[in-house]
This record gives sequence, C-alpha cells and structure tokens, in this order.
Amino acid sequence: MKRRGFLAVAGAAFVAGCNKVAESNAGSRLLGAAEKWHQGAHRLLTNREALAPEYPKSAISPYFRGNGSTDPQNGDYPAQAAEGFANWRLEVRGLVENPLSLSLDNIRKLPQRTQVTRHDCVEGWSAIGEWTGPQLSLLLDAAKLKPEAKFIVFRCADNLNGQDYYESVDLIDAYHPQTIVAHLLNGEPLPVKNGAPLRMRIERQLGYKHAKYLTAIEAVASLDDIGKGKGGYWEDRSGYQWYAGI
Amino acid sequence: MKRHALSTRIWHWSNLVCVVVLFMSGLTISNAHRRLYWGDWGFAPEQAWLAVPRFPDWMTIPGYYSLAVARDWHILMAWPFALMLLFMWVAMLVNRHFKRDLMTTRKEWKPGAIWNDIVQHLKLNFDHEGGKFNFLQKLAYGLVLGAFLPMMVFTGIGISPGMEPTFGWMVDLMGGRQSARSLHFIFAFLLFGFFVVHVLLVILAGPFRQIRDMITGGTRDEA
Repeated sequence: MKRRGFLAVAGAAFVAGCNKVAESNAGSRLLGAAEKWHQGAHRLLTNREALAPEYPKSAISPYFRGNGSTDPQNGDYPAQAAEGFANWRLEVRGLVENPLSLSLDNIRKLPQRTQVTRHDCVEGWSAIGEWTGPQLSLLLDAAKLKPEAKFIVFRCADNLNGQDYYESVDLIDAYHPQTIVAHLLNGEPLPVKNGAPLRMRIERQLGYKHAKYLTAIEAVASLDDIGKGKGGYWEDRSGYQWYAGI
Repeated sequence: MKRHALSTRIWHWSNLVCVVVLFMSGLTISNAHRRLYWGDWGFAPEQAWLAVPRFPDWMTIPGYYSLAVARDWHILMAWPFALMLLFMWVAMLVNRHFKRDLMTTRKEWKPGAIWNDIVQHLKLNFDHEGGKFNFLQKLAYGLVLGAFLPMMVFTGIGISPGMEPTFGWMVDLMGGRQSARSLHFIFAFLLFGFFVVHVLLVILAGPFRQIRDMITGGTRDEA
C-alpha cells in the first residue's frame, strides 16, 4: 500500500512537473517547435505533390461518421438546408485579383476530381469515402492569387460553442492535387452531418482541417488577425496543432 | 571496464523519460477514442476488436483530459525517443555491446537450458557464470531494443497521415492505418509489461547497486 502511495505521489509530481514545463514560455515554445520539426520532416521526406492513398470503391465504409457540427442551427443555415441549398454561394476572396462568387451549379460544371480516400479524425478513428469536386487549385487560379498571399482560409457557416468554424492551410496543401471542394460523397450530395453542401478535402491532414459548410475561400498574407490567430477553430479553442499531418 | 557504457547509461535514462511521457500522454490520446480496429478504417463499436477502458486522469499527461496538450507532449517526445534509439543501436553495434552481451547463442536456445534459466529466475538466483546476461535477459532486452521500441516508431509513423504518401508501403505491411494504431497500442502495453518486470527484478536483485551502477557505470564483477 505504501509503495502504491509512493507511485501515485511520484506520478502526480511528474505530471505537475510536465505541466509546469508546458506552462512556461520556453516550454510552450518547445512544444510548438516540435510541430514544426514534424512538418519539416514530412515536407523533406514527402514530395509536395505526393498523394495520400486512394482506395477501390469496395473499400468504402458502410456509412460516414460525422463529428463536430453535425446539424448547424445558426444563421440562415437551416433555411438554406430546407431549400436544398439552391441559393448557396461560395466566395473566393481576399488577396486575389479577381474575386469570385459561385453557385453550386457553377461548381458542379467545373472539371471534377473523384477520389476514394481515408478520413482520419484526430481522435483516432478512420472512415473511407468517395469524394467528388473541383480541385481548389482551379478556383485559386481562376481568382488569381496575389503574390503576397501565403495562406488559404476556409470560412464556414457553422457556429460551434459561440465561434464560427474556420480552418487554414498553406499554399503547398492548397495546391495539392487531392485538395478539392467536395460536393458529393459516394456519388450523392453531401449529407448535412458531413458538411452539406460543400466541404474541403485536405487529404494529407487530420479531419479537423477538412472544413465543412464552406461559404468562402479567402487568400491572406498572415493568420494573425483571423479568429484568435492560430489558424483554425480547434487551434484557437483547444490548442490543436495547426499542422495536422501528425 | 565499466559495467555499463556511458552511451548505455545516457540512453537508458533519457529513454525512460521519453517513454514515460509518451506512455502517459498516449493514455490521454487513447481516451479520445476508446476503441481499436483492424484494417484501414473503423469508427463504430461493431467494427472494434477491443473496447479500451478509460484511463483515469491521475495516470495521464497532462493529468486532465486535453487531447491537444497530450498530442503536444507526444509529438515533442517522439523526436528524442526515436533519435536516441537510433543512437543506442549505433553505439551498441560500434562498442560491441550487442554482439558481446545481447546476442544469444544456439546453445542457449535448447529447451533444457531455457527451462533451467526459468527455474533459476524463479528461485531468485541471479548469479550466472559466463556472459553478462543470461538467456532470459538477452531475450527481454533484445526484444525491447530490437522489436518493441522500434515498432513504436514505425507504428507511430504509420498513424501519421502526413507520412503516408511516403510510407504507404509500411502502413500496408501493417495491414492498414487502424491496424497500425492497434499495434501501436499493443506494443505500448508490451513495453509497459517489460517495465513492470524490469523494475521488479531490479528491486529483487538489489536496487541500490543496480541503480547506482546505471548512473555511475559501476565495475564488472568478473573483470
């Protein structure tokens, strides 16, 4: 019993020590730096165009789990859903020469990419689905990025715990061939729980990067002035890693 | 000659810190989704091969449920853990620790010899002539250094979506990402099992001298 008591005390002291390190300036900088080491290693080892695995249709999961917002009730989203998203617009804006405002029809008429890929949630589960939509690079080229644009921000219709969902990637992931604006899942319009009517696919990163209920794509020079400045809803709220390839 | 080389001692203690932080933060990550699957995918109870119990906060880092903070620690410690393991392998090949002390001989694999070793262990008789380690020790340390620890690195890479475009073949070898995740968990608990037995045997074999020698290097009995 005494030994167990000792172990519990030693364990608690160890955890307290770790938390002290994490809370210190140097400690939190170190934890942030580690994310950059991984990103650097991934970029060093992996060609910027290298594809995430694609599966045969037979590998598709029987249904596709939804996480985070699964049925937004804020703003005019319920009304838009009720009319089948007939008046949904996707804006491409920010540091672009030629801002765009696209209807779902516009998006469906663009050249499409269909890919059967695996979705990995930060929690640990995976699901496989077939996604269809235009490559993001197509929209960015049509809007013509200004040279000072460094990040692409995804604006979303859902408001979770009082904050509007958003996400961001750098230009390497924005221009990756599998980065698409998906409007079909397994050949059907996206279900609401999976982000209807539009969601991002960022196939080399975890699920929270794949912004759902997409309303705008915004080119920016810095993420500092957006949300709380960490580049995404979960990054701002809980301190999730901005680079979610780990 | 020292009982433990400097490289072994540096690795031993740095590895202890890394593995403890990785294990305890890993328990928090496990709490985020308490099911394990085989194959490429899995997300629902009917697909799981194991429902994992929730690990209480006191045995986790950061000591309360935060997937983000746990991942921070896990991501940080993965680097020194993997690099130090590489360092240890290079060091023990170069200084011949592996060949001299850890490699088993054909004679040792005879059932009678193994049985005798087990009996001696159960009698808590740790004196053995000849090499530094007896067969069971060689087997345990060999498995930990050659299989359990490296598999933590490989299965960890296998779970990481950013690594998959390059290491997809490795994920396929493991049977898919969810299999890699399951293996990550299994090897973590094999390591935990080793840790318990290792600490127990150190306590039984005279903890003061064992720990002192792993710090100062000590001297070889037979030399």
